[in-house]
Amino acid sequence: VIVVDCLGQRCPLPVIALARRIGDAGIGEVVRVLADDPAAANDIPAWCRMKGQEFVGFDGTAFEVRRVS
Amino acid sequence: MDVHAGKATYLDAATAAPLHPVAREAFLAALEDGWADPDRLYTAGRRAGRLLDAARAATAESLGVRADEVSFTPSGTSAVHAAVLGGLAGRRRAGRTLVHSAIEHSAVLHAATQHAATQHGDAVAVGVDLLGRLDLDEWRRAVAAPGVALASLISASHEVGTVQPVATAARVCAEAGVPLYVDAAQSIGHAPVPPGWSLLTASAHKWGGPPGVGVLVVRKGTRWLAPYPGDDLYRPRPQGALDLPAVVAAAASLRAATGEAAAEAVRLAALVDRIRATVAATVPDVEVVGDPVERLPHLVTFSCLYVDGEALLHALDRHGFAVSSGSSCTASTLRPSHVLEAMGVLSHGNVRVSLHRGTKEADVDRFLAVLPGAVADIRKEAGM
Repeated sequence: VIVVDCLGQRCPLPVIALARRIGDAGIGEVVRVLADDPAAANDIPAWCRMKGQEFVGFDGTAFEVRRVS
Repeated sequence: MDVHAGKATYLDAATAAPLHPVAREAFLAALEDGWADPDRLYTAGRRAGRLLDAARAATAESLGVRADEVSFTPSGTSAVHAAVLGGLAGRRRAGRTLVHSAIEHSAVLHAATQHAATQHGDAVAVGVDLLGRLDLDEWRRAVAAPGVALASLISASHEVGTVQPVATAARVCAEAGVPLYVDAAQSIGHAPVPPGWSLLTASAHKWGGPPGVGVLVVRKGTRWLAPYPGDDLYRPRPQGALDLPAVVAAAASLRAATGEAAAEAVRLAALVDRIRATVAATVPDVEVVGDPVERLPHLVTFSCLYVDGEALLHALDRHGFAVSSGSSCTASTLRPSHVLEAMGVLSHGNVRVSLHRGTKEADVDRFLAVLPGAVADIRKEAGM
């Protein structure tokens, strides 16, 4: 699992970091984004919808995204 | 760096529309008699009273209600607070629950918070879909639950423009015996509001009236109880002296705006269509949000991936465009807009463009020409 630590960063930085690192994951692999900005809970799933990736879920400040394309 | 040389183009009518020329004329004319207290019995007071009566009658006619159902308040926000808290207080025997959509204006949510804190009341938020439209099944269940005192629904989203199913929501409320309050601030003067509601509020500076005038309508048969100190508990009264010249200007401009609304709606809706289509085509990784058809004629919102909303507002301002944003970085709370959150759409890089009677086609085209470059510059700086 690729972990992208964005704790303390404000939006849109966590989404930018996710977009930069998703290519490092193979198809079917998961990227875990650590983010405590309140907008991340909204914007990471929205990014997945817009970019055709799978939002797996979140637990507190950890958001998991599976690369599917 | 100021790259803008010409006149600024104001595209934030949903915050405050530029003053309608009729408002200016009426305001100046009303200064002559509008300084006096309309409640006094001497001649000057009676003259002021006649101005207020005429303003109330004209407003009632524009809204299709009775004159004695209309009150003026010192702002749209104070009208909202009076409607929510007074509507709840009037129904205390029925219950203490406020049902509201998740996309109400923050003034409604703040009133709900106060209701919870001071009246041991509670508030139930009803969700919306991805386009920002009320979930009617959830609304039906929430309104029919025991102990519901009042239901609150915005006529159309002030952030994304999606028109809400007011007529159906009102029917559901009527079946449950719950009064419906409609916050119509973004619709009045622009688009019709279906009947069936018990309380309605509006704000003059959204239709081209002056700032500092709110309108509260309480339909006959609706129990309303003053939530603040005053000598008339059962009838909404302004807190302190009204700005009577502004009230007169508000009433006159409402009549003018209502008269122009149908033609303006056609003109502005076409410009909004152009914005929706062009933004989607010329800005990569953008999400144009809100219902493309069932929407306010003058308002459009989109979000740009990887873009800081505040940076984009400043960039557009440097190019001479005034727009607003629901992104968290532009909010005092540093939280994303609760409306965009409830819809589940992208909240960063968010821009709301709202047009008015002074907006020209060329203004929109200039904006559309500048936007892609402004977005690209910010993305480049962020390394995207």
